[in-house]
Amino acid sequence: MAGATDLPPKGGFSYDNCARNAMLVEKGLKMPGFLKTGTTIVGLVFQDGVVLGADTRATEGPIVADKNCEKIHYMAPNIYCCGAGTAADTEAVTDMVSSQLQLHRYATGRESRVVTSLTLLKSHLFSYQGHVSAALVLGGVDVTGPHLHTVYPHGSTDTLPFATMGSGSLAAMSVFESKYKEGLTREEGIQLVAEAIRGGIFNDLGSGSNVDVCVITKGKTEYLRNHQLPNPRTYVSSKGYNFTKGQTVVLSTKITQLKPKVEVTEGDAMEE
Amino acid sequence: MSIFEYNGSAVVAMVGKNCFAIASDRRLGVQLQTVATDFQRVFKIHDKLYIGLSGLATDAQTLYQRLVFRHKLYQLREERDMKPQTFASLVSALLYEKRFGPYFCQPVIAGLGEDNEPFICTMDCIGAKELAKDFVVSGTASESLYGACESMYKPNMEPEELFETISQALQSSVDRDCLSGWGGFVLLVTPTEVKECVIKGRMD
Repeated sequence: MAGATDLPPKGGFSYDNCARNAMLVEKGLKMPGFLKTGTTIVGLVFQDGVVLGADTRATEGPIVADKNCEKIHYMAPNIYCCGAGTAADTEAVTDMVSSQLQLHRYATGRESRVVTSLTLLKSHLFSYQGHVSAALVLGGVDVTGPHLHTVYPHGSTDTLPFATMGSGSLAAMSVFESKYKEGLTREEGIQLVAEAIRGGIFNDLGSGSNVDVCVITKGKTEYLRNHQLPNPRTYVSSKGYNFTKGQTVVLSTKITQLKPKVEVTEGDAMEE
Repeated sequence: MSIFEYNGSAVVAMVGKNCFAIASDRRLGVQLQTVATDFQRVFKIHDKLYIGLSGLATDAQTLYQRLVFRHKLYQLREERDMKPQTFASLVSALLYEKRFGPYFCQPVIAGLGEDNEPFICTMDCIGAKELAKDFVVSGTASESLYGACESMYKPNMEPEELFETISQALQSSVDRDCLSGWGGFVLLVTPTEVKECVIKGRMD
């Protein structure tokens, strides 16, 4: 069995703690909740590309853990992916696939295709039978044109002209269903995506804060972080709290002076 | 009861002007019985990088040992200290590896990076990074810490003011949490010096 001080593992999950954790659960201790992105994520295909959108709230149970997180993940220069579900899973699965895509680009010297990333994502998710809970909206433009897909945690996928995911998907879909049409312009596309996300932000409690948008067209990607800020902070006092120095009772203090690091400038860099 | 509530803990980190502070409570309990009142939850990785581990104490110590081990390997190979961002990725990878049988720890990472730019970050127990510009909290007192920090925090505080603010936020939060408290440990790091303080708190 692998010990705690073994050399860095090569990859894959470790199930070392599972027996112990199961024992703890049996003794009546509850398993903790994970950081979730109870989310609204959307995407649509417009005239000459794809627009992706996401809110920026991360939750842990009923607590807002992050008011301005990033849910649109980088996959390749021409492909981005919105993630909903367990935050660690969406982050890990998109990072993993994006590194596989990068290696594939180095090997082939060609632009990544959206179907490639779709297949990599779904085969990973399917092999974990839904335990890796990532619900994704994948969008990009490649040599075969613009593509938009949704990926479910169990590994099933859809190919759609407009898609929504996450807890706010119904609110967002209601906007799309009533206003989406083929051949939208870039501006109309961004506007519709932002409106759908706002639908999620204001009508779904799991979604909130700001609107992130990503526009992907042939040869150009624009990541519009915090494209709209419909929930600015209004309750902050201009002066804030002031504490007089020495208010806290200190029992003991240890001060360590930091020496500047010595830099070696002589000699050549070591050979690989 | 959640496994996070077995030992009880409170950890918080705040960013100031070219400095940061990380603080924790000092109680180690077994449910409602206090076992130790000088428990360390904030650990040093190198001079300008610290990690606070809330949650199950046994996992906090195991995780700390593994992190120090990995950081020493890095130092030997690279002949330099790790950047806080790199370290955060390491912690995240270590936790996500145990996705289906996690360590019951919620880490708080705080450090000074290149050009002494402060960096703070927290994660859940399976390594979902949450980067923040102002403050991060974790532990059983996290709910009250959110409230306290949200109202007390100001951007660009000088070291002395940051120290008072983080101490007061910690104190007022642990006073509303049965499972954490018994004084606090505050670490204030500026580009030139590190100040470690033990602060007095309620003993009930």
